[in-house]
Amino acid sequence: MYRETEVIQDLATAGEGDMVINVGPQHPATHGVLHLVITLNGETIKKVEPHLGYIHRSIEKMCESLSYRQFIYVTSRMDYLSAHINNHACAMCVEKGLQVEVPPRAQVIRVLMDELTRIASHELWWGAMAMDLGAFTPFFHAFRERESINDIMEETCGARLTMNYMVPGGVMHDLHPNFQQRVKDFLQLYKRKIHEYDELVTGNIIFQNRMKNIGVLKAEDAISYGCSGPTARGSGVSSDIRKLYPYEIYNKLEFDEVLETGCDSFARYMVRIREMQQSIRIVEQLIDNIPEGDFQAKTKAVLKLPKGEFYTRVETARGELGVYIVSEGGTTPYRIKFRSPGFSNLSVLDHIARGSKIGDLVAMMGTLDLVIPDIDR
Amino acid sequence: MTNEELKIKLTELLPEAILEDGEWITANTTPAAFLPFMHQLRNDPSLLMDYLFCLTCIDFKTHLTMVYHLSSTSFRHNMVVKVKLDAAKPEVETVSHIWRTAEFHEREVYELFGVNFLHHPDLRLLILPDGWEGKNPLRKDFEDPINMIKL
Repeated sequence: MYRETEVIQDLATAGEGDMVINVGPQHPATHGVLHLVITLNGETIKKVEPHLGYIHRSIEKMCESLSYRQFIYVTSRMDYLSAHINNHACAMCVEKGLQVEVPPRAQVIRVLMDELTRIASHELWWGAMAMDLGAFTPFFHAFRERESINDIMEETCGARLTMNYMVPGGVMHDLHPNFQQRVKDFLQLYKRKIHEYDELVTGNIIFQNRMKNIGVLKAEDAISYGCSGPTARGSGVSSDIRKLYPYEIYNKLEFDEVLETGCDSFARYMVRIREMQQSIRIVEQLIDNIPEGDFQAKTKAVLKLPKGEFYTRVETARGELGVYIVSEGGTTPYRIKFRSPGFSNLSVLDHIARGSKIGDLVAMMGTLDLVIPDIDR
Repeated sequence: MTNEELKIKLTELLPEAILEDGEWITANTTPAAFLPFMHQLRNDPSLLMDYLFCLTCIDFKTHLTMVYHLSSTSFRHNMVVKVKLDAAKPEVETVSHIWRTAEFHEREVYELFGVNFLHHPDLRLLILPDGWEGKNPLRKDFEDPINMIKL
């Protein structure tokens, strides 16, 4: 967080004619309580300094006193747009410790939910980013599709945002009987409407001018700053965990890792747009092939992980999420660490923003796809 | 590189490091040998560990352990480096000039665990509020009677 003494310090280190301004913590374009202190010279950015902690809930500390069944529910509140994938990572980490085999039906359900979540998350990002840049209409177009995914989730999981559907050993309960039909309806709707995205935003010359050559992030910098997900893939860095270290049934599925070499905001934008189509491809492959059988493996009522360390990596909509559990053999984790993608992606903001104009900052932040509760945890 | 090949290579680089098997090879090193070892991991042409994907700390009450998860984007091998620190005066060299992502992660560890990173360019509070004094929240001996975290 920001200390009063730092205001004086920032002003003292600022040069002649420099100005120190605050963006946030209450700013519509930060989509949460992110606080940026920006040193400006005229309109040129000299330094961007993020100050965090306004929504820090100390999830890692909280998890230390929760059992292996309970702590998963807290993690839905980290990256609330990828709730399923967060739960998935935690469930997988516990399963790794228990050495539980997940039934095939549960694996397919999990991947289906992950990909639907990814589409929903990218939809929201697309609408919100266009709104940040001043276009209001795309938001409604994005929410039309996103709402139908949320309705599907609501029917099966009982919640629209914090699903808490994945449990160690599988999923909490079976799919709703309407699930398959509603997903197929969604696929039809999506395919009928997808061209609107390109017509409204991607092909728009004003939009392209605001995105191209803005926020250039070279491949080696992306790796050094620990960027992952679409942020890294926009710079041509292959970083899709689903391809590199496949989990569940991803190695049996046909999909491409989306790579762009533009290194700018537009490349990152295109990665996400194309990634939605790859997710659609995965959903199409699976929706008619959900195997019959159990949706949950049999596990004990009280879970105890053996002494040791367990690390799982998954690909969320924003990048690589790592769950690191240190167990001392008890019923609660001794230490738990969430390697959140947003935290590393945010750290690159200062690097890419230096030297550009203040008006472009929102476009850069938009294409980093920051979710603040994910950064603050 | 497979784990076996990696193990042979690491033994060559730092004979005194204690290696542990597992999903990923874990190299336990000392604060004194730590920085040159990390430089070698990053720059050795057969290792090229250029992606630091997780940096954290664990409080074992008697001592603290820094944990670095490293990966190579060219060879796709992973490994873990651990350094044992003194609980009373935890100090370790920064790696933020080797991997830029460490700058933020080390600031987080600094305030939540109280580890002092030597030669860090900008070691300040990142998350904790204005005027924070006292113990570090993620240490095991941290008690907060007002905002209870334990259930």
